Amino acid sequence: MNLIYNWMYYIASGGLILIGLYIVLVKTNLIKIVIGLHFINTGVNILLICIGYIRGRTAPIFSKPGINPTNVVDPVPQALVLTAIVIGVAVLALALSIVIKVYEHNKTLSVDQIKGLKW
Amino acid sequence: MRRIISLIILAIIAVGFILTFSQIPFGKDKIDVANYYIKKGIEETGAVNIVTSVVLNYRGFDTLGEVTVLFIAALGLGAVLFVERKVQKNASNSEDESKRASLILRTGSNLLFPLILLFGAYVFVHGHLTPGGGFQGGAIIASGFLLMYLAFPKQSIDKKSSSVVESLSGLVFVGIGLLGLIFSGYFLTNFLPKGIPNTLFSAGIIPIIYVAVGLKVGFELTGIIDDLMGRSR
Repeated sequence: MNLIYNWMYYIASGGLILIGLYIVLVKTNLIKIVIGLHFINTGVNILLICIGYIRGRTAPIFSKPGINPTNVVDPVPQALVLTAIVIGVAVLALALSIVIKVYEHNKTLSVDQIKGLKW
Repeated sequence: MRRIISLIILAIIAVGFILTFSQIPFGKDKIDVANYYIKKGIEETGAVNIVTSVVLNYRGFDTLGEVTVLFIAALGLGAVLFVERKVQKNASNSEDESKRASLILRTGSNLLFPLILLFGAYVFVHGHLTPGGGFQGGAIIASGFLLMYLAFPKQSIDKKSSSVVESLSGLVFVGIGLLGLIFSGYFLTNFLPKGIPNTLFSAGIIPIIYVAVGLKVGFELTGIIDDLMGRSR
């Protein structure tokens, strides 16, 4: 129980990254590979956010009285992830458009059947 | 064979991950640089949302770079899909009306679309006061346009005016940075009065930049949606 309480978020983000890497390495369908890349993206975002988390503290927004500098979490990872999420969506769309082009050129989505590409 | 090699690689990475993160306790106070931002953030930038002041004031140049990355991704997508769109457009005229969305979806989208735009604008205008900001507000606006694309697949936004808005908002970001260079000697410095914290007109250049970022992100993601939807039209 204690293990899960202390390391839950690390386990979740590390698990997402490893699942994504497994998909990228093993699967042959290009759509699935793109999904795996986005798994890794999500895992890294969760990892960054939970490194900045401090137990029992609140968001770094001083909009109400009673929120002091001593009870807020680290704002820097949140600032980094905020832009990374939107960029992740745009890069995902770019990857899918390249997949569309690969499909039109080769008439297949399987990496195995594309000539000139071997694992 | 490939599966076994992959699992061995993953096991090595997992061991490295565990060894690294067992040294970093979860949920403990380990912030160092950010203490300065938290303590001095309000008096130095005027924004009560410290995340916003980090994004646009302390690391404004970094954000300009990230907006550029977003722009390049959208540009690359347009370039990759461009040739096909011309061909697809001629074929779309001959399609029949059977692919129209249902009446419920069309009416509901018409009702929700202005509200979604309003909410997106609220999120990016109040970026320095409440959770949210230009990137999130832009994503909300793009989701509203996505709803309209799903309800009315035949129509599309005016590409010219949307790219004008997008370019102008990018220019506003860079222009405010250059004005800071002229007035205060540093790129992206806050040269406007900071005002009273916790009011809408505070924090100097931050709300202006966030409005520009919100419009830019919104129309950029809408352009991405348009490029991707243009293929099925």
